[in-house]
Amino acid sequence: MRGRPLLYTSYEDEQALLPTWTKRIAVAVLLVFLVILIPFQLVPGFRFLGEGDWMTLLGLVAIFAIGALGLHILTGLGGQVSLGQAFFMGVGAYTAAALGGPSGKALLGLGLPMWVWLPAAGLVAAFVGVLVAPTAVRVRGIYLAIVTLGLVFVGQWLWINWVSLTGGSQSGRRFPNFEFRLWGEEGDPIVDLTADSVWFGVDVSGEVKTYLFLIVLLIVFAVVAKNIQRTRSGRAFMAIRDRDVAAEVMGVAEARNKALAFAISSFYAGVCGALWGSFIGLLIPESFSLFLSIQFLAILLIGGVGTVTGTLLGATFVTLLPRLVRDFTELLGDTAQGDGLFAGIADIFVSTGLDDFGLISTLPGTSPGFTVFQFNLILYGVLLIVFLVFEPLGLYGIWIRIKNYWRSWPFSY
Amino acid sequence: MAEGDPPRDDLDCRRRHNSFAMTLVLLLAQVDAPTAAEKFANATASGLALGAIYALLALGLVMIYKATQVLNFAHGAVAALGAYFAAYFVVTVNFPGRYIDWAPQTVQWALSVLFALALTAVVGYVVERVTIQPMIGEPLFAVVMITIALDIIIRTITNDLIGQATRPLGSPWGTDVVDFGLFSMAKTEIATIVVTIVTLILVALFYRTRVGVAMRATAFDQEASMAQGINAARIFALAWVIGAALAALGGIFSSLFPRSGGVAVDRTAFFVFGALPAVVIGGLDSITGAVLGGFIVGLAEVYAGVYLTAETWPLLGLGFSRIFPYLVMMAVLLVRPYGLFGTEEIRRV
Repeated sequence: MRGRPLLYTSYEDEQALLPTWTKRIAVAVLLVFLVILIPFQLVPGFRFLGEGDWMTLLGLVAIFAIGALGLHILTGLGGQVSLGQAFFMGVGAYTAAALGGPSGKALLGLGLPMWVWLPAAGLVAAFVGVLVAPTAVRVRGIYLAIVTLGLVFVGQWLWINWVSLTGGSQSGRRFPNFEFRLWGEEGDPIVDLTADSVWFGVDVSGEVKTYLFLIVLLIVFAVVAKNIQRTRSGRAFMAIRDRDVAAEVMGVAEARNKALAFAISSFYAGVCGALWGSFIGLLIPESFSLFLSIQFLAILLIGGVGTVTGTLLGATFVTLLPRLVRDFTELLGDTAQGDGLFAGIADIFVSTGLDDFGLISTLPGTSPGFTVFQFNLILYGVLLIVFLVFEPLGLYGIWIRIKNYWRSWPFSY
Repeated sequence: MAEGDPPRDDLDCRRRHNSFAMTLVLLLAQVDAPTAAEKFANATASGLALGAIYALLALGLVMIYKATQVLNFAHGAVAALGAYFAAYFVVTVNFPGRYIDWAPQTVQWALSVLFALALTAVVGYVVERVTIQPMIGEPLFAVVMITIALDIIIRTITNDLIGQATRPLGSPWGTDVVDFGLFSMAKTEIATIVVTIVTLILVALFYRTRVGVAMRATAFDQEASMAQGINAARIFALAWVIGAALAALGGIFSSLFPRSGGVAVDRTAFFVFGALPAVVIGGLDSITGAVLGGFIVGLAEVYAGVYLTAETWPLLGLGFSRIFPYLVMMAVLLVRPYGLFGTEEIRRV
């Protein structure tokens, strides 16, 4: 029976994490690529990915992917559209700051090591999620979206006013470093993830170490998310998503499972927020805004709702998009300065001077056209609409299409 | 009424002469420090004006929701765009004012605003045709995200159009204030309330016309109305056209609030975040609910801003009045999950 696609002879086979050898090998290659080949610059042509700024960017991808996985459990599996992700990220981030921040300063901080503040960030966020759940479970659909939107505003008000915790509006506070210690704040940490060092005779920069730490965390969280999907609770979430009344009739406790989905999702969001705070170093209360929540929904949609693979793809795409647009604009700007056909084409898109027409302005404020930042936002919105209208399954749907095309190749059906 | 009440022994004959002088002193003191009654009256007046703005914005939201079951998260951006159009017509090109300079300023301004509403309605039509129409029948999540994406796009473009500074709206009322004795109101605030009432009457009349009845029928049962020969797609487009025009109207008056002001995207669009709890409190598909919710939220916000301040309640801190409507909304939803006037969804397997 081996090698026949979509033929499963037992339920266990069908539910397996990696049902075929092709998948197993593909995932193994991908992991080797992500964990060894990229950070240590071993692949010709992709060496630039191992440099400082790209490592930072890929670390950010991992952090956002963790948060998006949380939303995937609530929205993708549970069908509950939540705009509250930014609020739970804030809860996680400030729990981490309060527990892990330097003690004895003006701001709240206990100076506890990372193995305390990182899980605590998730747990406190999950606890707040459970507190919110009674209201959230009672309302459905669009009402829930607005209630969670309200949460973000309540959060913003709380963070801005709780100055001893957050540092206050526009000034913010520093978050604990990525470093492993057993206890205490004095002396060198056992492993400092932000400083350069030598491991087994290989130079490892701080960025690479942080990246490796985050990618390992991401793998753990992704496997857990995938496994939640396969448990009784995961199936209950999906049953509620597909038809809540039918699920209840079949004996799925709706309120309890929705609350559970909220708790798990908030746990992920809390960890994501704590990691984000430490990763960026300094965050202001305004960072946990509605736009952050929207970004997570966008990740789900662009990647593909309801699949872990899609969520990871979406997180990669959405996080890298601004950087790609920026690089591309710079390239266009340079091309437009030259001669020839390409310069003419590039000149249509960028405006380089005061009277030069163009879509994107390389001299913000002086020339017509949008700034790169504005263009990014518009592109973001346009992409969302294009995906929703033409490919509701997102990047994952495109991948499925390519797969199906090659599966039946050379026949088109 | 602690300061306003005459002291009890004033009733005593012996001291009547004294009491007259005291009342005079108190009356003079009123000019500087308002009494509790005046404070309340002023708060109520500006709460009603703010409520009128919320009601206008909520009206547009409910109009679209009733017909198409879509909550338009781009409403704020459309409102800001409409206000920008108004600023453009009034100040930048002075159209049609430049051709009718004999007309009073208010009339010129109103005509420019009407043109801005028409232009915003066209934008609403295009947006509906391009992005919402293909999504009919798709899950709620997807349609909500479309409107959020629209919000991002329209907001960014409007921001670019407006530029760095605030755009003045050239309101004919300026910063004039009318004194009613106990309280005073800006002329803009009075105009807002009047416009809201007129709009409400127009909307009520619209629902009685042939097209309006068709829209109500579509909202009630889409398939049955289509079987009756109603073009549902056209009704959807019409709902967006009217919704966009109402958003623009709300945007213009929210830009003017509380005294004369101008358009800045974030400030103007932010008012919709006050209108959202209003529609939820009222119930998403109820016009009555939207209007009532609008006034409830407006009053709640202003009362919270006046009475629940950082001075009297240090724990509440700054900006509590902004989130107070959301807390009211959550409380209402705990008791009535579909708002005060919303139809309860009948759940079938």
